[in-house]
Amino acid sequence: MTLDLLRFTTAGSVDDGKSTLIGRLLFDSKQVFEDQLAHVAQVSERRGGEGALDLALLTDGLRAEREQGITIDVAYRYFATAERRFIIADCPGHRQYTRNMVTGASTADVAVVLIDARKGLLEQSKRHAFLSALLGIPQMVVAINKMDLVGYAQARYEEIVREFEEFARKLKGGKNPRQTETTYLPMSALNGDNVVERSALMPWYDGPPLLELLEQVEVAYDHPHEKPARFPVQWVVRPANGGGDYRGYSGQLASGALRLGDEVAVLPSGARTRIAGIDTYDGELEEATAPMSLTLRLEDELDVSRGELICHPEEAPTVARELQADICWMAEQALQPGSRYVLKHTTRAATAVVDAIDDILDVHTLERTAAPESLELNDIARVRLRTSAPLVFDPYAANRRTGSFILIDEASNGTVGAGMIMAQAA
Amino acid sequence: MSVATRPQLSHLRALESEAIHVMREVAAEFERPVLLFSGGKDSIVLLRLAEKAFRPAPFPFPLMHVDTGHNFPEVIEYRDRRVAELGERLIVASVQESIDTGRVVEETGPRASRNQLQTVTLLDAIAAHDFDAAFGGARRDEERARAKERVFSFRDDFGQWDPKNQRPELWNLYNGRIKKGEHVRVFPLSNWTELDVWEYIDQERLEVPSIYFAHERPVFQRDGMLYAWREGTELIDGEEVFPETVRYRTVGDMSCTGGVRSTAATLEEVVLEIAATRITERGETRADDRVSEAAMEDRKKAGYF
Repeated sequence: MTLDLLRFTTAGSVDDGKSTLIGRLLFDSKQVFEDQLAHVAQVSERRGGEGALDLALLTDGLRAEREQGITIDVAYRYFATAERRFIIADCPGHRQYTRNMVTGASTADVAVVLIDARKGLLEQSKRHAFLSALLGIPQMVVAINKMDLVGYAQARYEEIVREFEEFARKLKGGKNPRQTETTYLPMSALNGDNVVERSALMPWYDGPPLLELLEQVEVAYDHPHEKPARFPVQWVVRPANGGGDYRGYSGQLASGALRLGDEVAVLPSGARTRIAGIDTYDGELEEATAPMSLTLRLEDELDVSRGELICHPEEAPTVARELQADICWMAEQALQPGSRYVLKHTTRAATAVVDAIDDILDVHTLERTAAPESLELNDIARVRLRTSAPLVFDPYAANRRTGSFILIDEASNGTVGAGMIMAQAA
Repeated sequence: MSVATRPQLSHLRALESEAIHVMREVAAEFERPVLLFSGGKDSIVLLRLAEKAFRPAPFPFPLMHVDTGHNFPEVIEYRDRRVAELGERLIVASVQESIDTGRVVEETGPRASRNQLQTVTLLDAIAAHDFDAAFGGARRDEERARAKERVFSFRDDFGQWDPKNQRPELWNLYNGRIKKGEHVRVFPLSNWTELDVWEYIDQERLEVPSIYFAHERPVFQRDGMLYAWREGTELIDGEEVFPETVRYRTVGDMSCTGGVRSTAATLEEVVLEIAATRITERGETRADDRVSEAAMEDRKKAGYF
């Protein structure tokens, strides 16, 4: 048995079969309802479709999207099988592609990258694969779609697999440190080949169909005991009256496991104590594992507040005020070196100054090039920044929860950047 | 591809943990949050999540109900009982009062509904109490526009939602920064489905208002829906009142919430019925969403729940 909630992303434009695939997954798992289908049929007909259901209408929710026939924003879709519950972050391939893809990928366990078997590995699939790896999605499924249009030919499938493997080697070749495991699959979403049912037309493929892969794939929380415990304190519980001297520290365990009696350190102060109690509304626990929300009681009376992090002292993360990070810039207004932002990391907010842009990444060639003067919307760059208070972090490659941050514009309050910490700056 | 072998959290526990995290973020980052409690199933789940997030302390926010004056009496009775049980504070914002003070004008005729008027009452109450964050029970699986809404959904100083200009929301890092007069609607159940809500109610053995279970009541049929008849309901020519065994999938205004023919009398039977249904919750029961292709989006832009 696995964690029975899996989040995956799909990305792409209208014509690569993404909507058809989502439509089929929803439809075959009976998550498209009659009134939704009637609505899609009605609108498809009004738009002059030739009797074909435009399944993109199921996911395109906003008036502007429906009017312009484009997808503006990430949409979240839900379906379930007997094995698992799924959340799809459906990322549009048009405007603001990078910003949307990064948003969808930030919480995903699996990326489903679609490749049109006729066209081979195109720019967009490369970018999707690249951003999935950059955002540390642990598993990637490369679905080579529209196999019906290439006569279900094994040779064509293998040609594309080789092409992708070459590209993937480049992805891993030092430019991008995050490990992603890749699985390949020949598919026809339109005809349902290898989506839910194994295809009889491709006997040369002996792997499972897509849905079965998604039902079985491992997620980040599957082996909590193998990862260091990280507990960012979110909220201090101190009942004003009638609660006696109860003092608890609430939060969501970001990774790992904590046991009653464990010796722990509170960072950045470095104070040591032991866990006196693990409380939940449903009773006390002997042990808690990620991603549970819980309340810790500590043996010693320490002054712990929101933004501090509790961990095992022998597996402590880095505490620093100067860091190097990859950031994806998400605002129309450019980032200039020297600018100040509010930085939110775990449960802590600090002021951050971007000191320097080291280099910028070309998502087309995967090459890093000399730093520009400023960063524009959708740029991905390596920067150095300083914070007003120490951050307690892990490299993003080791821990997505304690290695990520967002930048907020102090004037507009907009979320303008997404950051992935590499290391403490030298 | 690696395959996991050890049993972990159930999906309900994972969704619960995520929602508790969201609620505690709001409590920590906002000065004056409020939880919108209608007595409906989603807000009933919100109350249990608040207990899990904040007990043994009291909730760090009051509860608020926008009362249209056309609510099912069973729901109002349940609301008051549940609030008393929890020992928390309830604010009632009244649409009737908005009408009486001339803030809004009541619709007339047999199709009159107070649904639209609620938005004004809600925004007035948020402004009067200076609330900077309001928890709601909305879910992304409910409706197309909601599928794109953030967990922390920003509202400008007119209470408006701008769907084309939403803040990106990454990882579990929520941006709750606002200026005076603006507020954020927070949806801890964003990733829950209707079935998750019922399974959770079942798992937690939560009490829900009796109208969620099959019962007989006088109804009339209009636009393919079964509406509750009560003293004073204006019928249109040809409509007849007859007894029917129904239950409600959503709890809204009596004037715009339809019942469904059902014999599900227990939580287990309701869970089975929802698991097997072929029609969405809002499509089956809510006249307010049938007005246009983007009815919900338009109401949300204006500040609706």
